[in-house]
Amino acid sequence: MNEHANVPLAIEPERYELREARAYVFDLTRRDLFKFLGAGALILCASSRATALQESGRGQRRMDDMPKDVGAWLHIGQDGKVTAFTGKVEVGQNIRTSLSQAVAEELRVPTSQIRLVMGDTLLTPYDMGTFGSRTTPTMNLQLRRAAAAACDMLKDLAAQTWNVPRENLIAADGKISDQLSKNSATYGDLLKNRELAQLIPDQDPLLPATEWKIAGRPLAKIGGRDFVTGAHKYPSDQKRPGMIYGKVVRPSKFEATLASVDTSGAEKMPGVIVVRDGDFIGVAAPSEELATHAAAAIKSEWSAAPQPSSKNVFEYLRNNPAARESSNASPQATSPTNAISASYNVAYIAHAPLEPRAALAEWNGDMLTVWTGTQRPFGVREELAAAFHIPQESVHVLMPDTGSGYGGKHTGETAIEAARLARAAKKPVKLVWTRKEEFTWAYFRPAGVIDIRASVDSNGRLEYWEFTNFNSGGSGLNTPYAAEVRNERFQPTKYPLRQGSYRGLAATANHFARESFMDELAHQAKLDPLEFRLKNLKDDRLRAVFEAAAKKFGWPHAKKSPGQGFGIAGGVEKGGYIATCGEVAVERGTGAVRVVRLISAFECGAIVNPDGLRNQVEGSNIMGLGGALFEAIDFEDGRILNAAFSKYRVPRFKDVPAVETVLLDRRDLPSAGAGETPIVGVAACIGNAIFDATGIRLRSLPMVPNGLKLV
Amino acid sequence: MANISSLHVNGAKRSVDANAQSSLLSVLREQLDLTGTKYGCGEGQCGACTVLIDGVPHRSCLTPVADAEGKTITTIEGLAHGGHLHPLQEAFLAEEAMQCAYCTSGMIMSAVGLLRTDPNPTETKIKDALDGNICRCGTHPRIVAAVQRAAHSMRGGAQ
Repeated sequence: MNEHANVPLAIEPERYELREARAYVFDLTRRDLFKFLGAGALILCASSRATALQESGRGQRRMDDMPKDVGAWLHIGQDGKVTAFTGKVEVGQNIRTSLSQAVAEELRVPTSQIRLVMGDTLLTPYDMGTFGSRTTPTMNLQLRRAAAAACDMLKDLAAQTWNVPRENLIAADGKISDQLSKNSATYGDLLKNRELAQLIPDQDPLLPATEWKIAGRPLAKIGGRDFVTGAHKYPSDQKRPGMIYGKVVRPSKFEATLASVDTSGAEKMPGVIVVRDGDFIGVAAPSEELATHAAAAIKSEWSAAPQPSSKNVFEYLRNNPAARESSNASPQATSPTNAISASYNVAYIAHAPLEPRAALAEWNGDMLTVWTGTQRPFGVREELAAAFHIPQESVHVLMPDTGSGYGGKHTGETAIEAARLARAAKKPVKLVWTRKEEFTWAYFRPAGVIDIRASVDSNGRLEYWEFTNFNSGGSGLNTPYAAEVRNERFQPTKYPLRQGSYRGLAATANHFARESFMDELAHQAKLDPLEFRLKNLKDDRLRAVFEAAAKKFGWPHAKKSPGQGFGIAGGVEKGGYIATCGEVAVERGTGAVRVVRLISAFECGAIVNPDGLRNQVEGSNIMGLGGALFEAIDFEDGRILNAAFSKYRVPRFKDVPAVETVLLDRRDLPSAGAGETPIVGVAACIGNAIFDATGIRLRSLPMVPNGLKLV
Repeated sequence: MANISSLHVNGAKRSVDANAQSSLLSVLREQLDLTGTKYGCGEGQCGACTVLIDGVPHRSCLTPVADAEGKTITTIEGLAHGGHLHPLQEAFLAEEAMQCAYCTSGMIMSAVGLLRTDPNPTETKIKDALDGNICRCGTHPRIVAAVQRAAHSMRGGAQ
């Protein structure tokens, strides 16, 4: 079988986070929505860019036409059930929970009455994707505004219905009550047989965080019971009637083209469908086992040019500059004679989400439905529409809560592969990548080289700071310390592996280099590392987390045993402030490094869910241990050499130190996201502690892939 | 090779039609729709596919279904009884010992096996027993706390 040749399957590698907003043409009508949702109230929250809203005020404008630029919407049914719709997705960061808290807070209903529909391209407003720690600062606000407007609308309704002054009405626990007339009605009762729609602007005032009653407190993961009983259906668990299983025949190397193929072995297998379409070769079969056998029976030859290896990747990056991208050089940027310099390396690492990429695709005529684990359901919809030359309106992408992503699930290749096989098979096809495929054909956190040159005056103040990042990226590039002369730049280069977003992006690499070098400078200036940092810091919020972490840790700590070492590191990124203190123990003789404890202080404005936040900070530190100590992708000539958990070591229970977290709750400040930034301190903190223990400065991540070698 | 036609899963005899060498994981997921047991690596390195066979944790991705024939198989779906969660399930909820929760089934099944042989494990023993289970979200300290909490509760202690 070989239909529809020339369907493009190549996907442009996504290098860094997508930043550009896209125009969205809204294609549902108000009538459609009520038809789907039932009678009740519908509140749409428009983004601040929507011109249609300029004249509108809260609780005033009634909506007739659907707006073009809606970020979120919320529906209250006649049964009082609240459904909030957002294009954001749940990958373990627990935003389903924190967003529900936001709605509950403003709407005055118990969280148990709220359901969130997320990441469904048919039912939720367009959303660029769930990345960059943007959900809390943007979507949380939009849903809160929609909920606040809904609450106002219900009060208006009750005041009219009972003919009582609105000021006396109180909203609580899903009801509006009037103290004087003793009237009381549930939201559902107030909305009986009504279809009320309202569009609200993005700038509506909200409850200050100091008055929060539901938000700002711990709330357990919504639907937690389904996760501990195995009932939750992840993308790879989805099933449809008549569904069969897909496998893709992978090229022998990256950037390879198909030289020859013999599919006859697979075609002879009963029930097996073979698809050959350009360089795409795949099979579909009634069981995954048979699909695997069939794919293995296909003989393919590939040709590819020689490619770089992980052994020389850092020289490669340094020697292959692409266009110059960004620089903030101060005018007289020449280094003083007392400057010192160092270079740092950061290896390619893999996200290795425990649930590999998975998609289930089903065609109904020219309409395509795909269930898939992605951080960008609308982006995947675009990719599918482009790959199959169909309008986006013909594609429906659904994102069931997924087995993690960490920035690794932005692209839609699995969805395209499943859809291609499903079209040929004329049946729903599920495709779950193997661990080897996940380690090979996804994308990686970029490797990088960072050069730093800096000087400190006799008073311990930074006078000169020069910082160049090759390839890994610009996030966290700029120092939070006050240097008189600064010259910071990001130098894009050619790169040997497909690379993209990863939790924290380049901020981890840039903080590793910067915070390690700050330690080197402190050592040279004979100052305590914390004292040196505070001396050069003007940012009070960063100072506060450094002081909080140091206090909890007991910094400066007296050494009690040989091989013991202490380190500190921190920074600010994506609106979050992190400082991490760590203790290591280095065993004499073997040089084995054990991280004994990590204490982080984190501040991200007003805290929405303290326990959820604590979980994210702890998780960031533990995930970050891997990239700090031993995770690295080995590759050679277009092949990944360690594409398995038996060859690529991730943090395990025995690696995990005692972890403590101090949260600073700033209810006077807007909430920032927290899924990424806490990861940026851990590598430098451990490197600094290893230096403190041994006098050895490790400047390459991972620092101890085979155990530290003591000189 | 002989086909396997039935398995004892979660207290019931279930009909299947599987090659003897097919993985238990694939049969549970594809034929019995017991998708609480997860694929994570296919080489017994991550523990996401852990089930109990005669009470002992096994990596179902590496277990030929023939090896489980005639034995008692328990998956995550079979732990709760009469609407009552197993103490480990309760403890994972109480400690919020999950983020994406994809590893949770395997963690709980491995921990059930541990507490069966050692009702009062030290922290070190818990870490040893679960070291073959990967959590990528980094909830390890909470998982250890959940196992300790469940052990306490199963020994008759108050929550």
